[in-house]
Amino acid sequence: MKPGHEIKLWTLNTTCLVIFIIVGIIGMGYRLIHGLGAVTNLNDLYPWGFWLGFDVLGGVAMAAGGFIIACAVYIFNWEKYKPISRPAILTAFLGYLMAVVALFLDIGHPFRLWHPTIMWQVHSVMWVVAIHVILYTTTLAIESSPMLLEKTGMKTTLKLVNKIMIGAVIFGVMLSTLHQASLGAVFLIAPSKMSPLWYTHFLPYMFLISAVAMGMAMVSTEAMLSAKAFNHKIDREIFSGLALGTFRTLALYLALKVFFLLKNAGLAPLMDNTLESGMYLFEVILGIVAPLLLLANKKGRTDLSNIMLANTLVIAGVLINRLNVCLFSMDQYAVTKGYGYFPSIMELLITLGVVSLGIFIFKLAARYLPLFAKV
Amino acid sequence: MALNRREFLKISAGSGILLASDLSPSLASEPKSLPPEAVGILYDATLCIGCKSCMVNCKKYNSMPKGALEQEYGEIPYEYQSDLQIYDAPIDLSAKTLNIIKTYTNGTGLNKDQEIDGFSFVKQHCLHCVDPACVSVCPVAALFKNPVNGIVGYDKDKCIGCRYCQVACPFQIPKFEFESANPKIVKCQLCRHRYAEGKYAACCEFCPTGASIFGKVTELKAEAANRLAAQPGTEYAYPVKTVDSAEKSVRKVSGYVDHVYGLTEAGGTQYMLMSGVPFANLGFNPAINDQAYPDITWSYIKKVPVLIVALLTAGTVIHLKTKNRKEKSTKGESGQE
Repeated sequence: MKPGHEIKLWTLNTTCLVIFIIVGIIGMGYRLIHGLGAVTNLNDLYPWGFWLGFDVLGGVAMAAGGFIIACAVYIFNWEKYKPISRPAILTAFLGYLMAVVALFLDIGHPFRLWHPTIMWQVHSVMWVVAIHVILYTTTLAIESSPMLLEKTGMKTTLKLVNKIMIGAVIFGVMLSTLHQASLGAVFLIAPSKMSPLWYTHFLPYMFLISAVAMGMAMVSTEAMLSAKAFNHKIDREIFSGLALGTFRTLALYLALKVFFLLKNAGLAPLMDNTLESGMYLFEVILGIVAPLLLLANKKGRTDLSNIMLANTLVIAGVLINRLNVCLFSMDQYAVTKGYGYFPSIMELLITLGVVSLGIFIFKLAARYLPLFAKV
Repeated sequence: MALNRREFLKISAGSGILLASDLSPSLASEPKSLPPEAVGILYDATLCIGCKSCMVNCKKYNSMPKGALEQEYGEIPYEYQSDLQIYDAPIDLSAKTLNIIKTYTNGTGLNKDQEIDGFSFVKQHCLHCVDPACVSVCPVAALFKNPVNGIVGYDKDKCIGCRYCQVACPFQIPKFEFESANPKIVKCQLCRHRYAEGKYAACCEFCPTGASIFGKVTELKAEAANRLAAQPGTEYAYPVKTVDSAEKSVRKVSGYVDHVYGLTEAGGTQYMLMSGVPFANLGFNPAINDQAYPDITWSYIKKVPVLIVALLTAGTVIHLKTKNRKEKSTKGESGQE
């Protein structure tokens, strides 16, 4: 099996990626030397900003494709999804790496990132999340390792990894499910600050359900891109199956959204013309209602370009949701105290660097490792 | 696929409920009640003259070794970095200000301690909750509640700087040194560094009118109840500096809102406030109710171990049940693992 030789490594896009990575690394160095205040617009009313909302929460949500596919292939033994399992799991691994890099930069003492491993505090969701991140990133590394081991010909290690693979996958799916939910649980502590548009005791499960929808959209998108890159055919059934899954999950998600909106907030906060109501409507209409309509009938679920559009909307919608929960849901609270937040150029550039690094590694893997299945 | 995923979740949820009954008790959060020797502060806005002596002395004594504002260079952290070095006029709590006197005004602002056409002072700093949200969320236990005196303290060497405490605190108390490359969280620690010397909170020691008094929380509560019961216009001997002080300030009771802030809010606090003006006007978020914040999160966390077992079991069972299908379908295919 000759892996992706048809992929050109040095294109204009790659050059851009490398430039972004270099800019990002310079920004990171600056942040490490001069502190958070020198590079970010964070303040005491907005202690968490774009890095937390996008890089960490978004990165982890995007990684949901990994546990969806691992669940389908290894736990439910749906072999038809196997050809797309490697790119999906690698993407998950990179999503988590991106989250870890962002966390490293975001905490005040980057080199104390390991503290939670020895300073236990079981009452803290953040501690639970930290332990999950460590264990799951390790698990994803194991899940992704066979292609590296195949390439380097480390047969004994490969055999060992394959032996523990099922165990690792079941462990990983458990961790990932809980991790998605726990990230939502992080915000349970702030009922008197968050807008009732988002705050509900059900928040952990809202995060989990939206991550499932996002995971399926991610897997479908990755499969489509890989088919395009290799000019090979992927069973259409995979796409319509995933589209149906996305549709059903989104329908459940929308029903819960509407239920909690009416229960906790009522319709009044939607009409108050604040940033919150705008962002809420944006998230729900663009990220839930629109893809639901696109995928509502069977015809829509077989048209690949239609599915692609719906996938993009779902992914964007969940990313916006994470930003909303993390940032905009507390805007009104911060505004009344005289504070606001908008990410600085440096925050955006460093994020761009982190994302570019992820894409670059993916590209390297596609070029040099047996990432895509031969069909 | 979705249908099956839902089934999968249903199965896990089902086994979770079965297991929950056995596992929960051992994981129950210990009930939070006031520590035996709990100390705190009672602030009476009707006695406050807004002299800011508490603010100045808070800065001074907390800048000393082991104080909450201690700087590497042993200086008082001035609020504004200018030649003037003004340190007594911050506009809000910050990484350099642990304690602040603010003013409420309405209409003409002529009458002290009246909501309409009046004004009132209010003193803001950490309330030292009985069950603090900040302590519960800290992933490394850098924030901790002293089990004896109930003071919410901070260990800067453990802190990773995640700022979850800032998100969690309903009173918006912890502040972060964003400008530093070696940052810490800054909050009132009730002058815990001064107890070794037999001293107590500087803001109370240097309050000339008895607006801030230090003491055991049980005694402060009794004092507050007495004040609330006193008829407006009658004379009352207000203790100065500490609740059990022999030094009294005798003056007429000017009347209170019928509530002591901190008795029940967020599950109760060790800093309590009395005022002639409703507390919502003094900057307290009206969305804060009597629920102890950590309970909300704990109701999720206590399910986690159960969910771990349930998900692992469900994953294994489903894998084994569907294994046959795999063996059938992979026959003849070249292995890809």
